[in-house]
Amino acid sequence: MKTPLIQLSDIHKTFGSNKVLDGITLSIYQGEITTIIGKSGGGKSVLLKHIIGLLEPDSGQILFNGQPLSGMKRPERKTLKRKFSYMFQGNALFDSLTVCENVALPLKETTSMSDKEIRRRADEKMAHLDIQGIEDKYPSQLSGGMKKRVALARALMTDPEIILFDEPTTGLDPIRKNAVLSMISDYQKKFGFTGVVVSHEIPDIFNISQRIAMLSDGIILFEGSPDEIQRTPVPEIRNFIYGYEDRPGAHTGKGHQPCVELCFLQEMVRLQNHHITFSLVLFTFENIDKLCEHAEHIAGHTVIENLALKIRSKITITDSCSRFGLNKIVLLISNADISQAQAFCESLASEIQGEDIAGLKHNPAFCFSISVGFAQATQDSSLETLLETAESSSKPFYATSHT
Amino acid sequence: MTTLSNIKLSLSALGRMTLSPVQELGKITVFFFWGMVHIVSFPLQVYKIVEQIYFIGMKSVFVICLTGAFTGMVLGLQGYYTLVKFGSEGVLGAAVALSLIREMGPVLTAIMVVGRAGSAMAAEIGIMRISEQIDALETMDIDPVRFLVSPRIAAALISFPLLTALFDVIGIFGGYLTGSVLLGINPGIYFSRVESSVVMKDISGGFTKSIVFALVVVTVCCFKGYFTHLQTEGFGSKGVSLSTTSAVVLSCVLVLITDYMLTSILL
Repeated sequence: MKTPLIQLSDIHKTFGSNKVLDGITLSIYQGEITTIIGKSGGGKSVLLKHIIGLLEPDSGQILFNGQPLSGMKRPERKTLKRKFSYMFQGNALFDSLTVCENVALPLKETTSMSDKEIRRRADEKMAHLDIQGIEDKYPSQLSGGMKKRVALARALMTDPEIILFDEPTTGLDPIRKNAVLSMISDYQKKFGFTGVVVSHEIPDIFNISQRIAMLSDGIILFEGSPDEIQRTPVPEIRNFIYGYEDRPGAHTGKGHQPCVELCFLQEMVRLQNHHITFSLVLFTFENIDKLCEHAEHIAGHTVIENLALKIRSKITITDSCSRFGLNKIVLLISNADISQAQAFCESLASEIQGEDIAGLKHNPAFCFSISVGFAQATQDSSLETLLETAESSSKPFYATSHT
Repeated sequence: MTTLSNIKLSLSALGRMTLSPVQELGKITVFFFWGMVHIVSFPLQVYKIVEQIYFIGMKSVFVICLTGAFTGMVLGLQGYYTLVKFGSEGVLGAAVALSLIREMGPVLTAIMVVGRAGSAMAAEIGIMRISEQIDALETMDIDPVRFLVSPRIAAALISFPLLTALFDVIGIFGGYLTGSVLLGINPGIYFSRVESSVVMKDISGGFTKSIVFALVVVTVCCFKGYFTHLQTEGFGSKGVSLSTTSAVVLSCVLVLITDYMLTSILL
């Protein structure tokens, strides 16, 4: 069994009344890239700062090769620190120094290397990161992406053993983002450093990481390989790595496509094992793209959110309502046949009739409509066939009135 | 029960009020100690010290000359009209020179440098703190106190006495301008009184004060900037503005308090 190079054990950190880390336990192995994912503002950067010693935990221990950081003497800590490099989320470039001086600073201040050799190394790193020709510029004269690459060049200058990357690709275009990720991967293979990356670049980051840790609500919710995280059935993790949160009402008032798949699978299990039937209702927003032209630019979201809220207020806890694609909402009504589903929609339609759910009161000339289709599940139904059936049986559900 | 808890709360508030300045003083002392230690730690930061001498010293020359000249001129004017009442306007040179060398030179030089360079130091270091540049230094294993504070202390130790000397000389000539050129005191008498009244103890006392003021001003200004992030009344740019203001106010107040204490010791 491998021994972790860095081990965080039950780390707690609170800022004022805000508990950021609530018992973090995480292992980082030598020669691997460990990526920490999680919601923005969830404490990932705070966790990195604990690893490098910029912050001290309120309780818990950080071990390096089994030796606690808090028990190390000053010279030991200094030796350990020299093995580290850190790339800050906000770059932390020295704004009164030029790009070249920034990149060269770690070597200039901590080694007795000649200026010529330092310059050669700085040029080499800058060439790797495609930032030649800006050596004499100051950070304030650079774009966000360029600053990121200068910060990365500076982090790599000392050829450290452990590099902590705090969102290294945020703000970069797709080509440069991939270039930076490949460079981290290539450097890691070439020099064998241990990397800890905080990133939101899912799924790209899975390609260069050996381990993934997901931080949620101050704890490590998942720790494992990229394959394992992609196969996990835990809805919270699945939802996160597919790029959204399962938080009803946050943006459109619904869950999303994989939620439909998960709920469908659950309903199918109930149908097959306990013969509890269910129906699928498909709401299609017919001309949502035109809606934005005739109403305010978020009208598309508003109308989906309004209908979803209406549906949610009427369904029971066993039913599920999820967005499907750009202009559809899928409702799975548990323990209901098609006639009950139709009755539900008639009741809903009469409730919203005459209401301005599309926010078109200032533009009554535009006619916006929603259609609805139904399908009842059978033992051998698939989600696709149910959706096709519902779509083919689609009929008008709601329309804004003409003047 | 309520009365008891009120007493407890009042006592703990009183304790906090007492402990807070003591803690702050302790932190400043440790900060100053490391700043001094790193001046002589190898490799010596000669280039950075020269850079700071240029910033603190060279760039303050004009403002020091200006304030020195006008201070001397005012002293000449006021001194003349006071002394003439007693028929002793001949000692104007001694009055101007002693006032400047013993008191006004070191104090006004320190206050002018606080306004010109001390505020800039606090703001610069404060911005470095809030933009994580100081954290970046730590992650690179570069001691931020050595990198940012020590060269400034060293430069101030060299610049303050030289600026004070300049202030004194320009001030004495300012006194000459009003006393002799405008009000008719014999220039020979003016300068001979300067020469006869000023002794080495006055000059060394003035320089001692300027050296102490240099340490006080740079330590306070760098300290306030360095711990900008601990400001409780404002964060970010507002925090930097508060740090700069408190650095200037505290430096000036401490210069005057230290001046009184040193004067009472040196006299």
